Amino acid sequence: MFLWLSKTSTAPSCRSVKSPPPHSVKMSSRPELQAPPEIFYDDVEARKYTSSSRIVGIQAELSERALELLALPDDDVPRLLLDIGCGSGLSGETISEHGHEWIGLDISKSMLDVALEREADGDLILGDMGQGLGIRPGVIDGAISISAVQWLCNADKSCHEPRLRLKAFFGSLYRCLGRGARAVFQLYPENNAQRELILSYAMRAGFAGGVVIDYPHSSKKRKEYLVLTCGPPSMSTTTPNAKGEDENICSDDDDDDDDGSEDEENQTVCISDRHRPRKKQRITKKGKTKSWVLQKKEKMRSKGNVVPPDSKYTARKRKARF
Amino acid sequence: MLSSNIKGVINGFPLRIEVEKVVEKQVDFNPDFLKNMFSKIDWKALADASKIMGYAELPEEVPDASVLDSDEFLQKFHHALLELHLEEGALVCPETGRRFPVNKGIPNMLLHEDEV
Repeated sequence: MFLWLSKTSTAPSCRSVKSPPPHSVKMSSRPELQAPPEIFYDDVEARKYTSSSRIVGIQAELSERALELLALPDDDVPRLLLDIGCGSGLSGETISEHGHEWIGLDISKSMLDVALEREADGDLILGDMGQGLGIRPGVIDGAISISAVQWLCNADKSCHEPRLRLKAFFGSLYRCLGRGARAVFQLYPENNAQRELILSYAMRAGFAGGVVIDYPHSSKKRKEYLVLTCGPPSMSTTTPNAKGEDENICSDDDDDDDDGSEDEENQTVCISDRHRPRKKQRITKKGKTKSWVLQKKEKMRSKGNVVPPDSKYTARKRKARF
Repeated sequence: MLSSNIKGVINGFPLRIEVEKVVEKQVDFNPDFLKNMFSKIDWKALADASKIMGYAELPEEVPDASVLDSDEFLQKFHHALLELHLEEGALVCPETGRRFPVNKGIPNMLLHEDEV
């Protein structure tokens, strides 16, 4: 008991299996809270995962975006990519569609069996990313990983130490990637501390890069990608722009302490504010103006909804005879 | 086959291959990919590995880059690298003698708790 307490107190973001699972967790919301990956993805779950058209669609979309972020040179030369946590080869399918070769690594045998049944094009390896990748240095042209890295933050066995596992993973990944190669991880961090833990270990291994958040305003379409580049930071290693993001709105919660003085100034209410007329934004009798419609459309777009493009017909008044 | 050649360094390279069953898969021939891979391959390991798996056409010594222009060489390279597949067998670490079993073409690289 004491051991467990000391472990969690040093690593706030790392969860031990012995801790009671949160009672409000829904069945499909967070698989990593339920069981270790090699046990959670058993035969039944692996088949369920691959036969769900919704998951297949999401996986294809995520891998498509990850490949886009990988920014491989556009010269039609097939590259050798690494798919970490390839599962049943859903993401590998997207890689094959783009004409690249891939090696898939996964810890769940059942998932790999499904991948074999689906006749995945890549070579499959049963392995644990937390034990290091064991691939010869410099042979891989890029790595992607869809919803897998957050599993590393769990201590599923008594010998597991998330920090060591993250270190082993990023260290071995850095070695096997060629110079200037990129690695893109799509991940669902549980909280800010976990995100920072993953990022800090990636930086320690020598990677440059950062987090790209697509659709930060939307709770459903919001997706996080960790984009890492081998080598020192330079112009080419700057992280690409996210989708559905108009400006840098994502404020770090940790900066609150530094901005304390500024916040206090903002919170003081000026006297002039009190006498402000209350209903300032009343909609005029004429109805909703073009600027209002455009603003609304922009807002929906930032949430990732499908919005028709703006044209000269947008918010145009109809003729009276209509 | 590809993975066994490229993969390797757990405690040293190359992993020795124990063959029980080899299958040949048809893979599309792509010279660009082969040229890209050529510089990354440890040639001796590939030649030895393909010999163990029953394909002795590759030259022993490291060929220089000029051979990449010959179509015949590329075909051999392609066959050895991509089409030979170890279906059942094992990969053995040359230093420690640790066996990594290969089932249905998937090498099991999981380590035990005391080996981490």
